[in-house]
Amino acid sequence: MCSQEMEMEKRFPDEEYMTSGHLACSGCGATIAMRYALKALRGNVIVVLPACCWTIIPGAFPHSALKVPLLHVAFETAASSAAGVKAGLEMKGDSTTAVLAWAGDGGTFDIGLQALSGAAERDDDFIYVCYDNEAYMNTGIQRSSATPILTWTTTTPLRELKVEAKKNIMEIMAAHRIPYAATASVAYPEDFFNKMKKAKERKGLKFIHILSTCPTGWRLPTQLSIKAARLAVLTRIFPLYEIENGERYTVNLRPDFHPVKEYLDLQGRFSHLKDQDIEVIQENVEREWKRLMKKAEA
Amino acid sequence: MKTVIEGSHAVSYGVMLSRVQVVSAYPITPQTHIVEKLAELRANGELQAKFLTVESEHSAMASCIGASSVGVRTFTATSSQGLALMHELLHWAAGARLPIVMANVNRTLGAPWNIWSDQNDSLSQRDTGWLQFYCESSQEVVDTVIQAYKISEKVSLPSMVVLDAFYLSHTFEPVDIPDFERVDRFLPPFEPKYKLDPKDARSFSGLTPPDLLTEMRFQMQQAMEEAKSVILQIDEEYFNIFGRHYQLIEPYRCDDAELVLVTSGTVSSTARDVIDRYRDEGKEIGLLKIRTFRPFPSEEIKKAIKGASKLAVIDRNISYGMGGIFAEEMRSIFCNEKIRPTVFSFIAGLGGRDITQQTISNVIEYTLEQDRPKAEIFWPDLRR
Repeated sequence: MCSQEMEMEKRFPDEEYMTSGHLACSGCGATIAMRYALKALRGNVIVVLPACCWTIIPGAFPHSALKVPLLHVAFETAASSAAGVKAGLEMKGDSTTAVLAWAGDGGTFDIGLQALSGAAERDDDFIYVCYDNEAYMNTGIQRSSATPILTWTTTTPLRELKVEAKKNIMEIMAAHRIPYAATASVAYPEDFFNKMKKAKERKGLKFIHILSTCPTGWRLPTQLSIKAARLAVLTRIFPLYEIENGERYTVNLRPDFHPVKEYLDLQGRFSHLKDQDIEVIQENVEREWKRLMKKAEA
Repeated sequence: MKTVIEGSHAVSYGVMLSRVQVVSAYPITPQTHIVEKLAELRANGELQAKFLTVESEHSAMASCIGASSVGVRTFTATSSQGLALMHELLHWAAGARLPIVMANVNRTLGAPWNIWSDQNDSLSQRDTGWLQFYCESSQEVVDTVIQAYKISEKVSLPSMVVLDAFYLSHTFEPVDIPDFERVDRFLPPFEPKYKLDPKDARSFSGLTPPDLLTEMRFQMQQAMEEAKSVILQIDEEYFNIFGRHYQLIEPYRCDDAELVLVTSGTVSSTARDVIDRYRDEGKEIGLLKIRTFRPFPSEEIKKAIKGASKLAVIDRNISYGMGGIFAEEMRSIFCNEKIRPTVFSFIAGLGGRDITQQTISNVIEYTLEQDRPKAEIFWPDLRR
C-alpha cells in the first residue's frame, strides 16, 4: 500500500499534550490531528484558535483539555492574530516557541482567507493548520467553499445540492510562494507528524491542509472515521503532497486506482448520488490528479 | 525644548517615547502620517519595534490582540471606515482586558465619501469597553498617548486617543516633546500578570458559560469606574514630572456661570475665545471641555457646573433618531437630580464643516434667548 516515500519513523513521543475529557464528537478527526500536531511540536507552542469546532473541544472556562497556552480569537483572525503573537515573541527575544494557527475550513477558505493571504504575502513566521471537515460543522453542517461538489449540507439540501467544486486552497497558498505547504490526513499520522516537524524547522509561513473526518457532518458511522480518511487518499480525492516555495511539488503517495464510489458509499452526505453523479465526481478527481502529476513531474 | 510638529507626528513621538514593541497598521486618510512617521523612526533606529504592515485594519487590531496577549506593548492608528472595520475586535480587545493603545483621527463615516472631521466614527465605538480621550492640541496628544499606556496597563482596558482630522492631525503647532529619560521614569516596562507562555500554559478568551460571564462584565464596569481615579492619579504623576496635566474635564470660567457651553476636541479652542468675548461684555458664560468620554466623568461634571441653569452642548456627531451624543450623556447624568440644567443640543461641524466663532455665537445667543429649547436638536450651521 505504501510507496517508498511513506517509509517513515513510526514512533511518536510518549508525552501527551491533550487530555481525555474533551468535548469533541466521537470519531472526530480534528482531535486526532491536534494530538499529533502537539506531539510534533513537543508542546513548545502557543495555539491560536479562531471560531471553529476547536473553540468548543477544549472545554469551557476554567477547564482546558490542552496542556499548551491557547489564544481564542475572532473567526477571521487566525492568521493575523498569530502574526501578532509571533511579533510579540520576537520582541521578547523568544525564537524557540512555535506559533500554531489552528483553523477550520470556514475560517480558512472563507472568512479568514484575506488575513491568511496577508500573512502569506508577508511570510510571517508561524505554522497555519487548516483542519478541513468540508463544511461549517460547529454551527450545524452548512456548506463552505471547502464543501465538495454535490454534497448534502443543511444549506445545500437534497433538491439544491452544492453545484460548485471545492476551492483549491493549496493552489492559492502555492501562488503566494510560501516556503512550505502540505496536505495531510488523519489516517496517515506519521506523514502528518513528519510534515509538522518539517514545518517547525522552516522559517516563514507554513501551511498544512489536513482532511479531518467529521462523522456527525458526513453522516458517517464513527468507527469508519479513519477508514473514510484513508479512502479519501487512496481514491485520489485528497492526495498527500508537499509544495516547496510554491513550485516544487512532491507527491507522498501514489495509490493504485480505487473508484471514488468506495469513499462516497460510506457517507450519508453522498447517499443521494446517482451513478451519473458519481461518474462526474470520478472524472473531476481524475482530471485533478493528472494536473497534480503534471506539476509534480515539471 | 519646543518643536513645531503636526498633530499626527505628536502621536508618533508619544508612541516612540512609550517604547511600544509592536506596531500594526493599515493606511487610511487622515491617519497615514502617524504610521509613516513611525516607519521612519523605526528605520532610523529611534523606535525599536516590530512593524506589521497588515492588509486591513481588522488584521491590525487582531495582531495587536495577539502581540498584547504575549505581554508586549502595542499600538495601532486608524480613522473612520478603518475603525468601523475593527469594531468586532474593539469588543474583543476590551473583553480580553488588553491594554492596547490606538489613535483614532476623527473622520466622518461614509456614505457618501468624505475624508473630513466629525466624531461619528469614535462615538460609534462608545459601548466597546475602550477608554476614550478627546484631545484639543498636539501637546495634549503626545502627553495623552504616554499617559494612556500607563492608565490602560493599570486598569487592563484599551485606550483610544482621539484627535480631529486636519484641524489637529495636519496642523503644525509648537510641542514640547518629552525625553526618553523622563518618560522611562514615568512609564515602567509592561509586565502583565498573565500572558501566553508555554511554561505557564493558560487559556485566554475561551468558551465562558452564562454562570461566569456576568461577573466578567461586572469587572469591566468596575475597571471603568476605577479608571476615573486612575486617570487623575496618573495625570498628577505626569504633572509632577512634566508640568502638564489635563484631568477628566476642563472647566473654563465656569464659576458663577449661568450658561455653560459644552464641547470636546479642537472646537474647544475656538469656544474659549468666544467665551472670553462674552465675559468681557459681562455675561456669565463658561465652557466645559470634556476630555474623557469613557469613562464618562459624571460626578466631576456635576461638580464643575453646579449652579448653571442652561447647558449648550455642541456635538460634532449625531445618533440618528435621537440627537447629539454628548448632549444625550449630559441629559442622562442629570435626570435623577432635583435641580438640573436645561440642556440645549446643537449639531454642528459635520464632515469637516468649520465650527466658526460665528457658529458658536449663534449657539450662545439662541440659548440665552430661550427659556426652554423649542426643539430636541438645533442645527446652527445648516443651510436651508
